[in-house]
Amino acid sequence: MTATSAPTRLLLGDVRTGEHLPELAYPVTATTVVLGALASRDWRPMHHDKDFAVNRNGTRDIFLNTPNQAAWFERFVTDWTGPYGRLQRMTFRMLGSIFPGDTMVFRGEVTDTGVDEVGCGWVAIDISVSVDGDPKTTCRARVALQVDADDNPWLRKGDQWRP
Amino acid sequence: MSAIGLDDIDRLIGVEQYEEEGEFPVEQGYVWTTCASVENGNPLFWDAKVAEEITGGPIAPPTMVSVWFRPHHWAPGRTSAGLPLQVHFDLKEGLGLPEAVMSDNTIVFHEPVRPGDRLKTRQVLRSVSEEKATKLGTGRFWVIDVEYHNQRGDLVAVESYTGFGYRKGDPS
Repeated sequence: MTATSAPTRLLLGDVRTGEHLPELAYPVTATTVVLGALASRDWRPMHHDKDFAVNRNGTRDIFLNTPNQAAWFERFVTDWTGPYGRLQRMTFRMLGSIFPGDTMVFRGEVTDTGVDEVGCGWVAIDISVSVDGDPKTTCRARVALQVDADDNPWLRKGDQWRP
Repeated sequence: MSAIGLDDIDRLIGVEQYEEEGEFPVEQGYVWTTCASVENGNPLFWDAKVAEEITGGPIAPPTMVSVWFRPHHWAPGRTSAGLPLQVHFDLKEGLGLPEAVMSDNTIVFHEPVRPGDRLKTRQVLRSVSEEKATKLGTGRFWVIDVEYHNQRGDLVAVESYTGFGYRKGDPS
């Protein structure tokens, strides 16, 4: 591992309900799909073999697999929170496939904020990844944030962590 | 692996099934490959000093939890690999519902996963609905939890899957 610049810190008090996360647009290539499938140990052919995807699955091309999409959603959230942001939960709903040649666009909106009964600050976010304005997967996420600069959600264990 | 019929459901709700250990320890190389695949520059995964300060040492991205259980594409002597979410396939077979879709899934994250961890998983059937007619066909919804623990017995994550098994072409 190598040293990078000082990490971003997003405190709970910096966040307002209705706030939008910075949008992320990414041009998907066959490499994006294949690299994502192999990184998540998903060897199924519809994620690397176009002939199989078209002729057996009936899709127009290979497509991004679900576990790698989860990794994209995680990156989208923690790009915004910085490393102190600790994911509590994510709920996914798959609506359509993402193919090479698509530009996928991640958008997110804060739907709620709060502090739980053990003092852990959290933010709820509705996220979607769309292609040409058409939602392909939605993700409802909750992420713990620092309530102040001395707090660290990652130190919470056992009964002090209620995701 | 055994089919789950209607008479088995009450007995199996809440029961831990199919406990298995991952084929290899959680490893740093896959963490970097995954971060590279989505261009995730979170310093927790790239900067040892930041990881030490914030998480007490390196961790894996939480969303990677299921990665550690996908079997090798090939292994010596193996004739077939177990299906992930075997309980789902047991329900399809036992209830005579040949088609199935997953409507959504939720992951709840607990103790961080760290390089070197040996994780175990088990599946728990949480509920099976009465028969329902939908646009897809007639069938039943079910919820299956997949629980992940580390070698110290700490819960690291729970994935909940909502599945709908059905017969095509039934009146709806």
